[in-house]
Amino acid sequence: MSATTAMEVNVEARRILAVSISKLYASRTQRGGLRLHRSLLLSLVMRSARDIYHSSRESEGPSGAQPATEEPMDTSSNPGEQTRLSEPQQEPQPALNSAEMAPEEPDNTEDCCDGEITEDKENLSPTRQSRKRRGKASAAPDFLPSKRARLEPGEERYAAPLGSCRVGAGESLTTLSLNRVIPAF
Amino acid sequence: MGEDTDATPTLNHRGFLPDHNYVTEADIISTVEFNHTGELLATGDKGGRVVIFQREPESKTEPFSQGEYNVYSTFQSHEPEFDYLKSLEIEEKINKIRWLPQQNAAHFLLSTNDKTIKLWKVSERDKRPEGYNLKDEEGRIKDISTVTSLQVPVLKPMDLMVEVSPRRVFANAHTYHVNSISVNSDYETYMSADDLRINLWHLDITDRSFNIVDIKPANMEDLTEVITAAEFHPHHCNLFVYSSSKGTLRLCDMREAALCDKHSKLFEEPEDPSARSFFSEIISSVSDVKFSHSGRYLLTRDYLTAKVWDLNMESKPLETYQVHDYLRSKLCSLYENDCIFDKFECAWNGSDSVIMTGAYNNFFRMFDRNTKRDVTLEASRESSKPRAVLKPRRVCAAGGKRRKDDISVDSLDFTKKILHTAWHPTENIIAIAATNNLYIFQDKLNSEMH
Repeated sequence: MSATTAMEVNVEARRILAVSISKLYASRTQRGGLRLHRSLLLSLVMRSARDIYHSSRESEGPSGAQPATEEPMDTSSNPGEQTRLSEPQQEPQPALNSAEMAPEEPDNTEDCCDGEITEDKENLSPTRQSRKRRGKASAAPDFLPSKRARLEPGEERYAAPLGSCRVGAGESLTTLSLNRVIPAF
Repeated sequence: MGEDTDATPTLNHRGFLPDHNYVTEADIISTVEFNHTGELLATGDKGGRVVIFQREPESKTEPFSQGEYNVYSTFQSHEPEFDYLKSLEIEEKINKIRWLPQQNAAHFLLSTNDKTIKLWKVSERDKRPEGYNLKDEEGRIKDISTVTSLQVPVLKPMDLMVEVSPRRVFANAHTYHVNSISVNSDYETYMSADDLRINLWHLDITDRSFNIVDIKPANMEDLTEVITAAEFHPHHCNLFVYSSSKGTLRLCDMREAALCDKHSKLFEEPEDPSARSFFSEIISSVSDVKFSHSGRYLLTRDYLTAKVWDLNMESKPLETYQVHDYLRSKLCSLYENDCIFDKFECAWNGSDSVIMTGAYNNFFRMFDRNTKRDVTLEASRESSKPRAVLKPRRVCAAGGKRRKDDISVDSLDFTKKILHTAWHPTENIIAIAATNNLYIFQDKLNSEMH
């Protein structure tokens, strides 16, 4: 697979993931309750989008902006060590911001904002161990902003304007949706 | 075949405003079903109402106005409910209606929403007793002193009245959403299927049911497939089939075990690895399964195709019909606008020689299994003047060679979908539900099944 095709597939996979998450949240407020069949199909699409995203990133290889340090995903891996590509963050953000997650999850927004302000306390070390247990299936695409603000390697700390506060989804939400969408109701 | 189909007047009993595209959501038809003789046609809608149409008997004076369907009865089957334990609203939308075979003067049908199945009795009253001793014609109690002699009340004819009454309510048996009901050929039992379980009921007993299929995993995180439709075999009361979201069919025999988790036969077509995409799983989910009238074949519908299976061959379908393959390259947009989740139903004709299913843009498709010919027809007010002959339609790929009256894929209206169709059990009469309108088409030239 050429680098450009891999990038296209990459973009496509991310877009589908964002769309799927917004559908999942929208289905919570649907009349008649969560539909099991629909939730299952959504989670299947998300899973294959995530798998294709990861495999296309693997094939990108050394031409990618960052090494794929999150592979392989297993419970022993330290999620705190995940490095994130700065470039893909910009693209899914408009999709996520316009998704229904913003009104659905105002508490996450506040967390993010708080995280930004108190980042000194919360982010003493980029490799801080997270206590959260992550299953095999919970490999979250690193482009989705996490709840906690993290430093890019080489980045200086500075007062982040509120505009860059990231709305809604974090790794934990993707984890939630992939693993917990079914037992969630 | 389909080219000679006539249109009877559109039966719009809802109040569709021709100037606006606004449709009351409660009026959207959610199920259509003929009874076993085809004399009655029932529709259910999202508002929980059932409307029954009756075919007028053929008039000897006007042989060409044979059998038009008129409204026979309307009643509210289900109401919205609230589950307080789970804080969930239970929709009143009628998911399925199934008629019981007629055994006396009254008609019986089962209607179900997401959680509760109800048995309704539909009966006619055309006589009433007159000449009571103690009350007068209006029902007022007579003054005893005015009664001087006794009379026997007699039955006098009156205007026909259709009475509908709920005879049984089968409730609290389903945790998940009921998608199918099917009456057994023994005429005593029926089954109801939700996403994970199938229950067997006796028509006379409402306080308990037997669970015959349970595919709920011990850990819900391991869930990989759900039940999408289920139906009893038309002749063998011990056999039934259920379809799954993975595209498989399972034939189960109730004589083998009380719990039919193990199938007798598994019908599955191996996946084509070259056709793999993000949406392969969604489009392979079976939305409807129907036994042929003979009981020899199964008809299934998934998002893009309709397949005929032979009960004796589990490895692959006997026939595969492309309903709208031009959508295969558009799956991503159809996912975004939720159309990819649409559940289309399918139907056999009385002789099992033609199958029918709906599509978008108010198109529906018929496939003749013998001649291998197929036709696309449209159910719309413009193209369906009474007595008009339906014109076959054609969808061409965008940018492809276009004939007059062709419609390109990009011009298709995806809000106009035909999910529910029904075929008269013996004649070439079809009922098509297009959102809130019901169309009934009759094939006048080829009334006999062949």
